[in-house]
Amino acid sequence: MIFAEEQTVNGADVAKDTAHASIEALLEAERAKDLLRFSTAGSVDDGKSTLIGRLLYDSRNVYEDHVRAVTRDAAIDFAQLTDGLRAEREQGITIDVAYRYFSTAKRKFIIADTPGHEQYTRNMATGASTADVAIVLVDARKGILDQTRRHACIASLLGIPIVIAAINKMDLVEFSEEVFERHRQALLELAHRLEIPELIAVPVSALDGDNIVHRSERTPWYSGPSLLELLETVPLAIERSSAGLRFPVQRVVRPHQDFRGFAGQIAAGTVRPGDEVVALPSGRRTRVRSITTWEGELELAHAPQSVVLTLEDEVDVSRGEMIASVTDAPHRTRHFEATVVWMHGTPLQPGMTYMLKHTSQTVRARVVEIRSRIHVDHLEHRPAEQLGLNDIGQLVIETSLPLLADVYRESRATGSFILIDPTDNTTAGAGMIRSIADTEEGATPINRATRGLIAVGNRQELAAELEKSLLQAGALVLRTRVPVSASLVTIARIGAVVLVESDASDPVTLTRVDVANAQPRELAFDHPDEILNELQSLGALPTGDDENDNGLGI
Amino acid sequence: MTAQNRLNHIQLLEAESIHILREVASEFQKPVMLYSIGKDSSVMLRLAQKAFHPGPIPFPLLHVDTGYKFHEMLEFRDRLTSELGVKLIVWRNEEALAQGANPVKLGTQRCCGLLKTQALLDGLRAHGFDAAFGGARRDEEKSRAKERIYSFRDSAGQWDPKNQRPELWNLFNSRIGPGESIRVFPLSNWTELDIWHYIHLENIPIVPLYLAKERRMLVRGDSLIPVEQSFVQGLPGEEQWVKCRLRSLGCSPCTGAIRSDADTVPKIIEELMGMRNSERANRVIDHDQDGSMELKKREGYF
Repeated sequence: MIFAEEQTVNGADVAKDTAHASIEALLEAERAKDLLRFSTAGSVDDGKSTLIGRLLYDSRNVYEDHVRAVTRDAAIDFAQLTDGLRAEREQGITIDVAYRYFSTAKRKFIIADTPGHEQYTRNMATGASTADVAIVLVDARKGILDQTRRHACIASLLGIPIVIAAINKMDLVEFSEEVFERHRQALLELAHRLEIPELIAVPVSALDGDNIVHRSERTPWYSGPSLLELLETVPLAIERSSAGLRFPVQRVVRPHQDFRGFAGQIAAGTVRPGDEVVALPSGRRTRVRSITTWEGELELAHAPQSVVLTLEDEVDVSRGEMIASVTDAPHRTRHFEATVVWMHGTPLQPGMTYMLKHTSQTVRARVVEIRSRIHVDHLEHRPAEQLGLNDIGQLVIETSLPLLADVYRESRATGSFILIDPTDNTTAGAGMIRSIADTEEGATPINRATRGLIAVGNRQELAAELEKSLLQAGALVLRTRVPVSASLVTIARIGAVVLVESDASDPVTLTRVDVANAQPRELAFDHPDEILNELQSLGALPTGDDENDNGLGI
Repeated sequence: MTAQNRLNHIQLLEAESIHILREVASEFQKPVMLYSIGKDSSVMLRLAQKAFHPGPIPFPLLHVDTGYKFHEMLEFRDRLTSELGVKLIVWRNEEALAQGANPVKLGTQRCCGLLKTQALLDGLRAHGFDAAFGGARRDEEKSRAKERIYSFRDSAGQWDPKNQRPELWNLFNSRIGPGESIRVFPLSNWTELDIWHYIHLENIPIVPLYLAKERRMLVRGDSLIPVEQSFVQGLPGEEQWVKCRLRSLGCSPCTGAIRSDADTVPKIIEELMGMRNSERANRVIDHDQDGSMELKKREGYF
């Protein structure tokens, strides 16, 4: 591979005794590189393949045998460097997503090269789904076209945080600053409308190489970085995620009686041994005992590492379930609104059912409603009866089992899903959760308030377990060390469970608050499950079947 | 996220590959790992050890033996698999071999068709495997640049480049019909350099043929042809001692060596960084005709 000069180590030129050290330095530099994924989209004429070919060639990432294969009459056909399949060579267009790999002294790159042709919206969405950055090509002679809006819209829907607009063919507009500035302003407006967090415009000529790798002398009015310089410095998308721990369990690892671990890839957040976590959907809380890997146990792991977690308690978690942070758990939902890119020849219609794969879980899903169809060329929402191939729409979806999910803009990995056609097994649609309507046992689950006053004496652990279980069941809980008083009874009466701790080793007592002047009743047991049963037998625990309850117990 | 817990590219690729290995092992009835003994297979095998640690690898390895692999490869294969205690299945197209199939007699294209593609399809069918891991990478060859990570194959094992399932995020569609199967490429996003770097970092055992030493070769123009099979005959003076190594391992009659002094993995990496030709440039079979890899893949080759 041809590399940047400063990196090339020519064995013949390097003295023998420094050769070893230089290999080590080379490996060290190589090891420090991270990996940026970007997507490119463009149509037949706007020079996208030429741009990629130029990027690879000028950054010395092209093999000589490949260059020889596409050189005709001493001129390199840069577009041919990146074109692949026989079918597309016959048609003269790129028909699918092609992945390219290159690296510089600073970074490794994966390009998802996708066609801009209309019937291939699905490919653009595919390429964009894993991208940190999208490069949108704009022909300097034409400015923003329908396809520019389409590319920017899909980049926005798929949550790409940074869009780079390469204003191409500047050589054909005499490198006019005025032309560039006009397009740049229009693009910034577009980005604002699409809620794209960041749009950066660069004036380039892919054919001649201006501002692709090296800054051009023909754009003296432009003081910004070249396209490659930008790519080398922008942050990765995952560095922007702020969600708490999301660990979808892929499989249970149980090689022998003494080891029971949960294998998965961290979808968001970080984890350390000792962290308190919740197993979902069961709601059981426990702590992380260890982060096990082939290399040994880790003190810290974070997205997107693949690890095995073991837990302090015997908690049953299977494939499709999730281990999550306690303070910032995902929604548990069967009903949500999503943006779906439709990729199947048979249109999607309300009432149809599909298989839905979300993290490591596959469930049945029904389309409740099509809210609108998004016209990506004009960025308008219009009503629609159905979604055809390459349509994008806003849907309401209901699933047979709850998903443990987040909205897509907060967490890509737990906010995305695919729809699979149950008859031909093809991937029919790709979805991004926009809003979550109901959260089962989550934010607003209190259908019937739990009431009562439980004195636990100095049984601190019991109090903690009761508090957790009750909170998970959707009750309001007040845990206090203030001695029992009329005001605590009043709080309980409004619809809460009051847990009263003290320093004394008194027996556990339960005071009903739904009858007047009830006296504390001593419980013959102190296991949390039995106490919860007792509360339930009083009709106090939420059952979820009383829809008329105002949630306050009064 | 802070700088201290930023993952480097190797860690990112490793995490992605392990995710894929676990996903397939969990969603398919009978997966198998195609083990070709080469550097990519060696990395894939290590990733499988990691993915299921501390448990065992939950699927067997399948080696499609054309009968013309280097003997050093077979020795390495048998030693490594017995050391690791993994189950190894070896499959050969005995019928074609009995009829004397070889690349000189049949031409490379027909020979590959019988001894590789046909043997692979027969081996997969005979055992009823519904998912087969392969070590192919997208940076190897143009048609592979468009390959999916889960590559769907019809009941005849064939690939249709125009009708591939879209693949978004890391959500893989594992639903297949009776008789259908998938090929899975956990190393899709690795480059040749990443593979060598990982071999170096992880100290992964490799076949010594990758390392330079003096070997007996037929020197024909720029080509160095290994002398292992009796039907590979040199002209007078062609057979010489040359310090060389193999950049990719295939069948001995069809895999050329390159002149090299790289006798350690770091030296190979150093050599690669200054390399001017792609790694498959020395494979006779890919150059049979324009787009020949794509044709082979359509027929069922990896």
